[in-house]
Amino acid sequence: MMSVQDGISRRSVLKMMAAGATGVAASLEVSRASAAARLVVGAAYVGPKDDYGWNQGHAQGVAALKQIDGVKVVEEENVPETIQIQKTMESMISLDGAGLVFATSFGYWEHMLKVAAKHSKVQFLHAGPTVWKDGMPTNAGSYNGYIDEAQYIAGIVAGYTSKTGKLGFVGAKPYPASLRNINSFTLGARTVNPKATTQVIFTGDWVLPVKEAEAVNSLADQGIDVVTCHVDSPKVVIETAEKRGIFSSGYHVNQATLAPRGYLTGAEWNWPKVYTDYVNWLREGKTWPHLRRGGLKEGIVRNASYGRPVSEPARKHADRAKAGFMDGTFVIYKGPMKDNTGKTVIAAGKSHGQIDVWLESMDWLVEGVTGSTRS
Amino acid sequence: MEALGWWGVPLAVLGGAIRASTPFLFVSLGECLTEKSGRINLGLEGTLVMGAMSGYGIAYLTGWPWLGVVVAGSSGMALGALHGVVCSRPRVNDIAVGIALMLFGLGLAFYLGKPFIQPKAPRLPAIDLGWWSSSPQVRAALEVNVLFIVGAVLAPALLWALNNTRWGLAVRAVGDSADAARAMGYPVNRVRLLSTVAGGFLAGIGGSFLSLYYPGSWNEALSSGQGLMAVALVIFARWDPVLCFFAALLFGGAGALGPALQSVGITWGYYLFNAAPYVLTLLIMIATSSTRRTLIGAPGELSVTK
Repeated sequence: MMSVQDGISRRSVLKMMAAGATGVAASLEVSRASAAARLVVGAAYVGPKDDYGWNQGHAQGVAALKQIDGVKVVEEENVPETIQIQKTMESMISLDGAGLVFATSFGYWEHMLKVAAKHSKVQFLHAGPTVWKDGMPTNAGSYNGYIDEAQYIAGIVAGYTSKTGKLGFVGAKPYPASLRNINSFTLGARTVNPKATTQVIFTGDWVLPVKEAEAVNSLADQGIDVVTCHVDSPKVVIETAEKRGIFSSGYHVNQATLAPRGYLTGAEWNWPKVYTDYVNWLREGKTWPHLRRGGLKEGIVRNASYGRPVSEPARKHADRAKAGFMDGTFVIYKGPMKDNTGKTVIAAGKSHGQIDVWLESMDWLVEGVTGSTRS
Repeated sequence: MEALGWWGVPLAVLGGAIRASTPFLFVSLGECLTEKSGRINLGLEGTLVMGAMSGYGIAYLTGWPWLGVVVAGSSGMALGALHGVVCSRPRVNDIAVGIALMLFGLGLAFYLGKPFIQPKAPRLPAIDLGWWSSSPQVRAALEVNVLFIVGAVLAPALLWALNNTRWGLAVRAVGDSADAARAMGYPVNRVRLLSTVAGGFLAGIGGSFLSLYYPGSWNEALSSGQGLMAVALVIFARWDPVLCFFAALLFGGAGALGPALQSVGITWGYYLFNAAPYVLTLLIMIATSSTRRTLIGAPGELSVTK
């Protein structure tokens, strides 16, 4: 499971191999015995790791691992979600001796399972809404965050700050996690301004810079004065909003430097904590659940610090809501709740907590959203 | 800001036409000139992306966006020269070379552009042509970049030059019949080389517009095929620079249609609306095609029409 490099005699390597099934414990002993025993961590990204977005978030998590003594990191960017990711993982394992592999794009899942079945001593982790089931390789798992909690907070801030009560959301595709972000953002805004609406524009794909810029321009033309998004690289959305003189709320990572005037807050991943946890657990010989989820309370997601335009009451209100998430008392999806066609989706008295998997197959938009889940 | 409602759609299409058409315009004018000389340079997608990257990089490093534009044009010239020189050899297929150069340009731009994805380069300035309007939406739509105006002037100028100057005659002669041009004493390969270099220059500048003005940042998905589309657009425009201008406006405006319709609540079919320019191209191509003759305006030496 761990790569053992120079400084260790052949005998100690043989001893370690003899430990066999308890590989983790054995390598732990080795690492105590000799500082040269290292853990190699592999990470693959679907795009550039400095995209101000999804990939950068993961690269920040991996960068935190580089600070840990005895951990070596191998990374590869722009790995397509094809057989290529299998080759990348194979080479990280066989050539670099990776003992832990992070596959950070949705389409890597099936490929990762195939490679995991072949390398039972290596741990594999997938970032996304994927669920491990019995029969899948036991050395595979997934991690994901309830980032819509952070979007709910961002919605409160947007509801306070918007003068027109019209908010905008630039999405890539109407898939469940996006819809959940849109709904939570809108629900947050409507606790402050019950008349607030969110106009959704789907561009059709995860990275389409010109379309994203056009979407923000169209939203601004319609009097929308706060824009947020769920695309892979929010850079263009945030910059265009700033250029049009409207407010923006970020996504994935902090984009405040791109919009010093109009950046309100943002919904961010906290991967450095998640990744560091995994490495520590591995080195301590601990196991982890195949499915890891969490929101603000678990420290998997967070909000960007408030920008200058965010008023004092908005900050107070948002902080109060955040406290509700932190002590686990607050539930976003509580009935009665209607979708934007007037149909009741959650009956009165019913509530769906964050861990409810029903929320992970969301296919409706809440009242107050202008848009449709059809493509 | 007052909401515009349905008026937002034509305004967004107009604004989109002005904002998003410039790369199409420059690449298609460049390709038009190259094809008029009898060669096809399919590598302009790579040239466009290379121009976008080098322009952004230089603007970031020096703080001068206009220097970025010049460098973008120069890198386009270099790629054009490579195409021109290789194709000057006997029995070299210009289409194959173009595809190779496209992949080369993309790869080189991604490799060299790595450090420039994150930094923010200064943008090209805009000219406010909407000063007369009190509506912020109209003013935003009529914010025009100098490069757009340059392209708009260049299109008729190129048409005039092709039809009325000695240089234009040389390009057309070489493009229509290499044998006749040779008999008249024109250096066929040199004319084609220069036309390809000039075409690359324009495509490079088109790239700098993408990264330095709209959408105004450098990343690997910036072009997503606009250079290829612009090459097809030349055929659509019948090798006429002025028609290239209108076709570029059409493609730019059509790109704004999907988002604009969603912003007024038309939430179905955005994939279909996003495909609008291609559907339109197909329809026009079918409507104007003939079984009896090649396309009007097609240079006779072009390998696809020969």
